[in-house]
Amino acid sequence: MTAVDDAPIAVDEVPTLTVTLRIRRMNPEGNADHAPGEDYWEEFQVEAHATDRLLDALHKVKWEQDGTLAFRRSCAHGVCGSDAMRINARNRLACKTLLKDLNPAKPILVEPIAGLPVEKDLIVDMEPFFASYRQIMPFLMTSGPTPERERLQTPAQRERFEDTTKCIMCAACTTACPVFWTDGQYFGPQAIIGAHRFIFDSRDEGQWDRLEILNDTAGVWKCRTTFNCTEACPRGIEVTKAISEVKRALNTGKI
Amino acid sequence: MTAPELTHPLPRTRRRLTPALRWWWMFQRISGVVLVALIFTHLFYNLILGGGVSQIDFGFVAGKWAAPLWQWWDFTMLVLAMLHGMNGMGYLINDYARSKRSRGILHILLGAATAVIIVLGTLVIFTFDPCPAGANPQNLNVPLCQELGKL
Ligand code: SF4
Ligand code: FES
Repeated sequence: MTAVDDAPIAVDEVPTLTVTLRIRRMNPEGNADHAPGEDYWEEFQVEAHATDRLLDALHKVKWEQDGTLAFRRSCAHGVCGSDAMRINARNRLACKTLLKDLNPAKPILVEPIAGLPVEKDLIVDMEPFFASYRQIMPFLMTSGPTPERERLQTPAQRERFEDTTKCIMCAACTTACPVFWTDGQYFGPQAIIGAHRFIFDSRDEGQWDRLEILNDTAGVWKCRTTFNCTEACPRGIEVTKAISEVKRALNTGKI
Repeated sequence: MTAPELTHPLPRTRRRLTPALRWWWMFQRISGVVLVALIFTHLFYNLILGGGVSQIDFGFVAGKWAAPLWQWWDFTMLVLAMLHGMNGMGYLINDYARSKRSRGILHILLGAATAVIIVLGTLVIFTFDPCPAGANPQNLNVPLCQELGKL
């Protein structure tokens, strides 16, 4: 018996298609056709494989057609969280979105994530987002001497906050939240997720400091249970559920 | 490129949730559940039981409000629905009104509208005259009015 692949697929056998990208652009310095800071739509046509991701199509535009197109990406594999953008009106990671799932027959709309100031094209200023995260003190808080070995925890204790450890800080959830769009004061779902990860960690002792911070009229009570965050999260975190758990801890006084 | 300047993590004005606001938050949830039960019973009784939707006329309402149960039922529904709606609209105003002034004005208008509707509704429920003098008896609840000695 020989182990032979019955039907080897040659690379060019993957069907190719032409997709149109409609990209929301903004150049703070302006260019020949557009004033500084003006935002406008621009269309690009690229040849792509059905198995390509939107990020590949953006690369083609940037590398072959218009080098001024600006967007962030780092890992290109859904790990770093730097390429969240609004794709066909939904927040997703460009590197985890296959073109064939986007109905390539129609132009694909690509916009920067909403609610944060745009710096250029698809790049937004993430600082307000990170400032909210810093507020909830995302670090281990303990008392007493540091143990010589690791701090132990049962699998059940770990399971309690497993879901919220998966966050990659892409901001897809926070910038999908209508309350965040309207009210610059709201922490946004991600900061609450970040707090949840420590509040329900048996090794941490700063729960009530964090809950105190979230117990703010601009904190967890601004959540209107819209579920946009849960739908947007590329890591599949049940964001709204975690927010409700924080509310319950505040209402019952029990963690 | 230089590293971005980090802002101090606690710059915003803290406004802790006051006990009153927490009470309203709880009220919103509890009244929502109660309203579902009240409203669906109300709809079932009015639209499905008896003669169905065509039974509703002046006489039907007069007959219902002759019973204290329905008076209090409708009163509870009125108050809970108005307060629930007012609180929900208030959240929306807080989210969307841009200036302090427009926020204040909208809250005052909302409170006034709620108060007027609750007062008027309560008056109608408890001072309702099922058999106004000189009305065409065809439109009245005849057995009820005979019982009350008004016909
Ligand atoms: S919770 Fe999900 S959507 Fe929000 S920042 Fe984390 S990974 Fe991104
Ligand atoms: S580039 Fe790292 S998550 Fe997409």
